[in-house]
This record gives sequence, structure tokens and C-alpha cells, in this order.
Amino acid sequence: MGGGAALGADQPVQIQGVSRSAFAASRTALGALLLRDLVVLRKNLWEFVLRTVIQPFLLCFVFLFVFPKIGQAVGSTHSTGGPSAFATVLVAGVVGISIMFQGVQSVALQMSQEFGFTREIEDRVQAPCPIWLVAMAKVLSGSVQGILSALIVLPIASVVHAAGVEAHVNLHWWIVVTVVPLSCVAMSALGLVLGTSFEPRNIGLMFGFVVLPITFLGGTYYQWTKLAPVRIGGWPWLQSIVLVNPLIYVNEGMRAAFTNVPHMHLYIIYPVLVGFCAVFLTVGLRNFRRRVLS
Amino acid sequence: MRPVARNRYGGAARMDNVSAQHVQMSSTDAVIRTSALTKVYAGADFRAVDELNLSVDRGEIFGLLGPNGAGKTTTAGMLTTRVIPTSGAAFVAGVDIVAHPTLAKQAVGVVSQTNSLDRQLNVWENLYFHGRLFGMGATSSRRRSDELLEQFQLSKWARASVYALSGGMAQRLMVARSIFHRPAVLFMDEPTAGLDPQSRLALWDILRELHAQGQTILLTTHYMEEADQLCERVAIMDHGRILALDTPEGLKRSVGVDTIVTVKASGDQAALAASLEAALDGVTRTRVTEHGVELHVKGGERLLARCVAVAEEGGYEVEDLSLAEPTLETVFINLTGKELRD
Repeated sequence: MGGGAALGADQPVQIQGVSRSAFAASRTALGALLLRDLVVLRKNLWEFVLRTVIQPFLLCFVFLFVFPKIGQAVGSTHSTGGPSAFATVLVAGVVGISIMFQGVQSVALQMSQEFGFTREIEDRVQAPCPIWLVAMAKVLSGSVQGILSALIVLPIASVVHAAGVEAHVNLHWWIVVTVVPLSCVAMSALGLVLGTSFEPRNIGLMFGFVVLPITFLGGTYYQWTKLAPVRIGGWPWLQSIVLVNPLIYVNEGMRAAFTNVPHMHLYIIYPVLVGFCAVFLTVGLRNFRRRVLS
Repeated sequence: MRPVARNRYGGAARMDNVSAQHVQMSSTDAVIRTSALTKVYAGADFRAVDELNLSVDRGEIFGLLGPNGAGKTTTAGMLTTRVIPTSGAAFVAGVDIVAHPTLAKQAVGVVSQTNSLDRQLNVWENLYFHGRLFGMGATSSRRRSDELLEQFQLSKWARASVYALSGGMAQRLMVARSIFHRPAVLFMDEPTAGLDPQSRLALWDILRELHAQGQTILLTTHYMEEADQLCERVAIMDHGRILALDTPEGLKRSVGVDTIVTVKASGDQAALAASLEAALDGVTRTRVTEHGVELHVKGGERLLARCVAVAEEGGYEVEDLSLAEPTLETVFINLTGKELRD
């Protein structure tokens, strides 16, 4: 479609009803779409905070408080460093998983609903901007929500634990301000792919067959670098297979940003996350366009 | 219908200064122009819209009337950039909708068949953010939202959730939203489908008011009363083609029938139709419907009395007899041999 091309044609055309160039109209439309999402976020702020903290809080509560109390603390037997080392691994993972859930909740669930029974999307795509920009605005505001959730979750995750268990948080600022936004865009773009692929009635399937495996095999509870002992013959099969999981790179990135524990090399994390962004955005925007236009 | 020469408007697509003047001059008469506009959906072996040539003037209420599947919604979809034409050209407010959908959307207001209000915003916010979306500043958007709520009698619902609105109120809010940015054309797809009769009449009043203010409106409908009551010109569509296009009066005149007589009687309906046609003058068409035998008659005197006489001579017992003027339904039946509602 000419949408992309028209965006570049920054020339005023004086026609009844068409007073602004496509570029100017698209820019203000993008601003308005984001403003709308922020206003909705502010309205539902408590709901947002609660749904953001509940999962990280429960994870930390069970693994870092209850387990040590009842004598089955993770990391107490053959890991070096004991429960505190596990706490340090988990805190970063909990931030990573929150970013991912934000992508699913603020983009995938909403989009699938708007495509489904509310049909709100029909009005949204009449906005005076290219169709892809409507989807892109959703990804952007999903990313902002991801960043907010990281800001909320990190302090909670680092304080909820039993006495004697302590997560060692060390902020590496350059990594924090780059890998967190990058992860948020990648996970929101994943949300766009999921939201445009699953019908509302199949959302349960999406959680069961996509979200859960990504979560459990995404290195939230363990470091990717420690998976090597899981082998068939000489092949570290689990460590190899989980490399297709985008959450691995997010969580390893969080470890690099928030802790001093060993992590996957940053030379891998950055380009792969950029690659996932590109793939998810390409597929997601294509899906979106297909569902909107006929 | 005046078919559009594509090259005349091709200049609009390039948007150089000369052609912008062209557009301005030509947009004083036609707000919508299509030329051989065609849509074949992927996987379909028929044309949903078949070489449509259409021209809608500024300030006009124009109706696309036809049964479901006639291609009305596809036509409106193409003109609002949601459906990509397979071939042909279309211009809305002088903008080529295929080459410049983003520009065209500035000139278009849409009321869809289903409720597409933003459920997470309240009534007032639904308007306000629409204004912002279309480039209005915060102050003017706020002011226009207040004005429109007043005009559409929704002021006291301003802070209410859109879930609280009845179907008719939601529809009014959607109309208010669609004209917020003062579009060159307002598209309404089956605007009163699913509304109760009272809300339908209220919406008709609103549309008449908008029309009086000079708003160009294109509506699709399969209710012939709606097309008849509201529209200045009506295009009757079936199978993706326009079968006839005129004012409602012109269309009804074109049938060449003055009166529709419906005779309800017991017995063999087909035989009754045949004997009535033979005995009466000026019968142009007979049909057997669920209401009885229907006769389309041109001229003819003492119709009622003669109908009764012919029926009773044939041994039929006449239960009911009615006379009516031709409607757009008659026109449609005449053109296609079937009823609109089929």
C-alpha cells in the first residue's frame, strides 16, 4: 500500500477535509494514540500495579521466603553460594518475566479483544495515519508499560525474602538503560504477534502452549550458562534448544544489567534481541495488516 | 453517472500545485468519484464489486440500496480505505484512495455497523481523543467535544462509561465522533440495523439535520424506507453492480406502474393471478407472495371493484384487498425479479 510512501510526501494539499500532509497527520495521530494509552493506564493505575506485582511477589515469596523457612531453600545443597546466590539469579529473572507478561497483557490480550468482540479496532484504523503505525503505537505503549513494570518489580523482588537470604543487586547503568528498553520492545512485539495470531476464544491455548513454555524454559529460575550439564551423549540439548526462546536473552540481559552473576555474553544478547524485535515486528505488522485490510 | 477519466485526477495523486488546483475546482461538484472500481476477494471467483462508476456530489445524502451481499459494504470499505480495490480508481475529496489512503482518511468519517466505541474511555473522552487523533489541539478538542455532546443530547452522560449507553445512544455517540473532524464525507454502513424503531427515527432526524448543515453522507442500507425517506439519490445494487440510479421518485416513476394491488383470497393463487392479469387492463406484472396475489398496474379504472368481480366469478373468496403506491421495493423486484429481503 502507498501508506509508507505517502508518509514521506510532506506537502500541503488544500482540499476540503484534507488540510495536512500525511506525515504531519501521522505524527499527531501517533501522539494521540500514545496519549490515549497513557490516560487509560493512569485510570487503571492500581489495576496495572497489582497485576504487575502479583506474579513477582508470589515467586519471591515462595522461593525466597517460604522455601528457606521450611528448609528446602533452592541452592542450599550443591550450588555454591546457597540461597542468596539463587535469590540473585531469581531477582533478575523476575524482572525479565514481568517485562514479558507486560507485553502479553498490554498488547496481546488487548489486541485480541479489540479484534474480537469489541471491534474497537475498526475505529482505530480510521486514524489518519498508515495502518502499521496504529500497531506500532500499541507496541510503543506496551514497551513503556514494560519499563514501568521493571521499575516497580525490581525493588519488590530484591526485598521479599527470608532473613539470611539476600539478593545481591548491582546496577550496571549502561546495560540497564539499553537492555531494558530493548527487551520491552521485543516482548511487546511478541505480544503483537500473539495478539494478531490468536482468536479471543483461543487465548487459553496461547497461554498453555506459548506463554507457559516460554516462561518455564526462559531462564527465569536458572542461568542459561548453568544448563550445560543437561546432556544427551555429549550434546547439551537443553542449553541448545532454549536458544530459540527470546525470554532467555531478556533474562540473561537482566542478569547482566542488575547483578554480577555470570551471564550470556552481551555480544550475543544485544544483536539477538534486536533480531527478535525485527522478526516479531515484521510478522506482527504483517498479521495486523492482514486482519485489518481485505 | 459520469465516469471519471483516471488521468484527469491522476494529478491529484502526485499532489503538485497545479493538480491541487484541479482538485479544488473539481471537488466543488463531486466529493466521491469512482471509475470501474472493482473488488475480487482472495479465493472468490466472483466480483464483489464489479466496475462501479459512481459520483456523489457535495452536500448530498446518497444511498446504496441492495440486499445482503450486493457489494454495498465492500464499496464503502474501499472508499474508507479498509478494502483494497482489485482494479479501477476512486477519489474521495479529490484524493486517490489507493495511492494515498492516509491522506484520504483525513477526509472521511465512518460509522461502522457494530459498536466500535473505545470501551476504556468514557463518553466524553471518546470524542476528545478522536479530536486529538485528527490533529486538533487540546483546547479546541475539548470545546468541540462539549458542543457535540450538547448537540447529540448526550451531555448528561459525558462522564459515563460507554457500557452504560443504550444501542441508540451508542449510535448517536458514534455519529458525533465520526463528524468530529468535519469530514468531507460521512460513511454510514447500515446505520439503523439492529436499532429499535424509535432510535431509528431519531437517527434519521440527526442525519437530516447534518444534511441541512451541508454534510455529504453516503449510507448503505437494505431498508427501502430508509433510502426512500432520507436519500436524495439512491443507487440500487445487486451482485456488485448498480442496476439503477436516480432520486427515489425517479426510480419509482421508472417502473411505469401507478398502483400495486394485493388480493388475498383462498384457492389456487397462480390461477387467480393469471385470471386477474387477463381480465384487467394495464397489469405489467403479477407475483404470488405470502400476502396474496400482487398486481403491478399502470392506469386502470375501478380497480378494486373489478378485482373483486374477477375473483368471485372464478369462485375465489376475497379476504382482503389493498392498494399501494410503488416503493423502492417494487423497483428492486422489477429489476431483479426478487425481493430486497431475500
